[in-house]
Amino acid sequence: MRIFLVKRIFTLVLTLLVATLVVFVVLEILPGDPASVMLGINAEADTLNALREELGINRPVWVRYTSWVANLVTGNLGISYTYDVPVSELILSRITISFPLALLAMTLSTLIAIPLGILAASNHNKPMDFLVMSFSQIGIAIPNFWFAMLLTILFSVTLRVLPAGGFAGWDAGIVPVLKSFLLPTIALALPQAAILARVTRSALLEVLKEDFIRTARAKGVTNQGTLWKHALRNALIPVVTIMGLQFSFLLAGTIIIENVFYLPGIGRLIFQAISQRDLIVVKNLVILLAATVIMINFMVDLLYAVIDPRLRGGNDV
Amino acid sequence: MTLLKVQDLCVTLNTSHGPQQVISHINFSMNAGEKLGIVGESGCGKSITALAMMSLLPPDSKTSGKIILEGRDILTLNSKEICSIRGNRIGMIFQEPMTALNPVQQIGAQISESIYLHMKLNQKQTIERVKELMDKVGLPVSRFGLNLYPHQLSGGQRQRVMIAMAIACNPDILIADEPTTALDVTVQEQILDLIRDLADSSGMALIMISHDLGVIAQTTQNVMVMYTGSIVEMGSTVDVFQNMKHPYTYGLFSAIPHAGSSAHLCRKRLSSIPGQVPELHLRPRGCNFADRCSRASKMCKAKDPVATRVSDHHQVWCYHPLKEEDKQ
Amino acid sequence: MFRTLVEVLRHGLKNRSFVIGGTISLLFFLVAFLSYFWTPYPVEDINIADKLLKPSSRYLLGTDHFGRDILSMLIKGARNSVIVAFVAIGIGIGCGVPLGLTAAAQKGWMDELIMRFNDFTFAFPSLISAIMITAILGPGSVNSIIAIGIFNVPVFARVARGAALSIWKREFILAARSAGKGPFRISVEHILPNISSMLIVQATIQFALGILAEASLSYLGLGTQPPMPSWGKMLNEAQTFLHFAPQLAIYPGLAIALTVMGLNLFGDGLRDVLDPKLRRSR
Repeated sequence: MRIFLVKRIFTLVLTLLVATLVVFVVLEILPGDPASVMLGINAEADTLNALREELGINRPVWVRYTSWVANLVTGNLGISYTYDVPVSELILSRITISFPLALLAMTLSTLIAIPLGILAASNHNKPMDFLVMSFSQIGIAIPNFWFAMLLTILFSVTLRVLPAGGFAGWDAGIVPVLKSFLLPTIALALPQAAILARVTRSALLEVLKEDFIRTARAKGVTNQGTLWKHALRNALIPVVTIMGLQFSFLLAGTIIIENVFYLPGIGRLIFQAISQRDLIVVKNLVILLAATVIMINFMVDLLYAVIDPRLRGGNDV
Repeated sequence: MTLLKVQDLCVTLNTSHGPQQVISHINFSMNAGEKLGIVGESGCGKSITALAMMSLLPPDSKTSGKIILEGRDILTLNSKEICSIRGNRIGMIFQEPMTALNPVQQIGAQISESIYLHMKLNQKQTIERVKELMDKVGLPVSRFGLNLYPHQLSGGQRQRVMIAMAIACNPDILIADEPTTALDVTVQEQILDLIRDLADSSGMALIMISHDLGVIAQTTQNVMVMYTGSIVEMGSTVDVFQNMKHPYTYGLFSAIPHAGSSAHLCRKRLSSIPGQVPELHLRPRGCNFADRCSRASKMCKAKDPVATRVSDHHQVWCYHPLKEEDKQ
Repeated sequence: MFRTLVEVLRHGLKNRSFVIGGTISLLFFLVAFLSYFWTPYPVEDINIADKLLKPSSRYLLGTDHFGRDILSMLIKGARNSVIVAFVAIGIGIGCGVPLGLTAAAQKGWMDELIMRFNDFTFAFPSLISAIMITAILGPGSVNSIIAIGIFNVPVFARVARGAALSIWKREFILAARSAGKGPFRISVEHILPNISSMLIVQATIQFALGILAEASLSYLGLGTQPPMPSWGKMLNEAQTFLHFAPQLAIYPGLAIALTVMGLNLFGDGLRDVLDPKLRRSR
């Protein structure tokens, strides 16, 4: 078990390093001169030089890289060029929006999808199965931002019960905050749930065909018993894989949905940074997002070992 | 005392060619403690017969006839009643030990599951019983902990776990469906001995399903030869093997390679039954074996053969059963 | 080759998903193709006088805030979606399949390396890649193509590798190796044809996903830029008018949803047709 853990941590660190390399190369090396990207081609030579000094572009490449990584590890994400505040401050203020939103969406999606998947699998080829599959087909095909717009048309424009966008602010009280989060969460969660339900269903159906299910039934375990006690835990393995993969899509989705609903989260920050050509913010934010996804995948890997004893590398008799 | 009586059992399965009858009009009975073998080629319906007895056939299959256990017809029971019979009055072990155990559950838990379901024991008693069972099947608890996972065991060891699971509640009947086919030859002997000894010591009836005549010879008192869903010959193992009457049974025996001192037998070419087992949807009228039988007559191809009594414990379904001179 | 096509069609026409999905997909491609020759109105012209008209006999689906005919924009937007998704798949297959085949053929450290690369690329969803590219290059449809294409590579690499590994175990491969054929020749001559049906099915799925991704990117302003219409951009512009003219948001979204659903259904049907066939003929 210890070897497994060590191997995984090693892979994690390696992946993070490679990620920093990729981001560094793309955003600092490839553009040639980050200063001119930030200031535009018509900028004066003096301003360009001043910026180059500030950014430390004149240093050798590997110094720039290692000092950046060192800064990252200590939590120093640089100073935003546009706002002249530490990037970490900007992120902290926005993450109070993005993180709860992502969490709520993931929870809602799982709460909807897994029961639906189980329902479909245990009623295979009956009307309930067909219903769940149709819901899944529709959910997969609908872009989440369009779904968000449809929800807005229904609940904000026609029924006027929920705000069309914007964030009421944490001081406004818990109810207005929840109201601001409600439509975004649903818009994020439902398309994800559609995919997850489908995966859960097919994973369960596959497992139910396996030999050990027949053995369980031969022992006298009821149909319900085989489903919950035997099939589900084995089906969880592919389901957890997909949930892990879904996280990166969820992240992308959160960025999009924040833009639909004008929520002041990480998503809006990144787009503002792009339109303002603030490469420092973009660079550090991108590596932060990538690192989050990598960390989540790492934790999913660990979760596997909890669910599937075959991966723990125990000793054979 | 008759323990099990199967009457006119027919099973129809849903295949890609539509519903096909895979078992037609099977009749047999078993006494307590009897050891019955079912032998035949792949696809002859032996496993289906066993699954029918456990009511483990796919939900879109149709079964007719009666399977009477302790006075109750299994085929008329609801699912709750069936679940109380499975693993409790009838235990079953399957062919592929490598895939027959739940990979994420410890073997101790898997064995104790039947105990929890059917016997009223507290936790301490259950654990005691599980340890007892593991000792009985040759997995001494001193070497094999209850918290092992299936992937940590070999094929033979997993098969022993399956046996422990099947006999956990002292069933009246143990069905063994090709229990050794997937195992190494050296392990096969051990497992067969184990099964036979367990049946002997507990007075449990045994149904041994195999395509291997040697296995049948070693473990059974009576035997049923099946071909394409029907019984073609049935009787005591000794009788049938020494005095076989059906051309198919004879064909099965002749196909066994001979080694040893019978020089004239060694020099012969391996004989095989000409032709092939007909596909489900292409089974002919009359005797299913007629197309491959050198003795077939018009009557064979027109009407299904009926049972002819050869002796007290020996029946054959053939219009032209073999006589001594015919066997060479 | 032609005979197998006919056979696929024959089996396919019996499959409901194949028929419904295939019809929708065919319609979509025809519309995209049509846009090269004709659209009801030119999409480049701005006609403020006719802005925000409801659907009528003149403008079948109405006009947007610049007076452009929505139907024409949808038609040309279809073309845009096809091109982006198609080239992105090209990148995915062109880079991913060789990688997957190599990983399956070489095994050992090469396999490990490619799998690590795969896992790593999965950590960068198209959106993040698109953000990075836009930050340095500025927005454009090329960004979408590259970003979506990059994410397609590990998908196809993984499918190709998985399928190839199971073919490598087959006996006829052993025969080819005994005859002295090297892994490269075997991969091209034997493995590739046998995994092609799985790749085709995956390509259909990725095509649908590509359309969704393109729409997301152009919605955010990172992808296709005006004057080329894109369904995502249309939705973005429609957002300002949700209160006055909600129909502007409905049509492009419906187009996306229907197309993606059609392609997904077609992919499902195709898989049903190709997979059992594959199993039976072996």
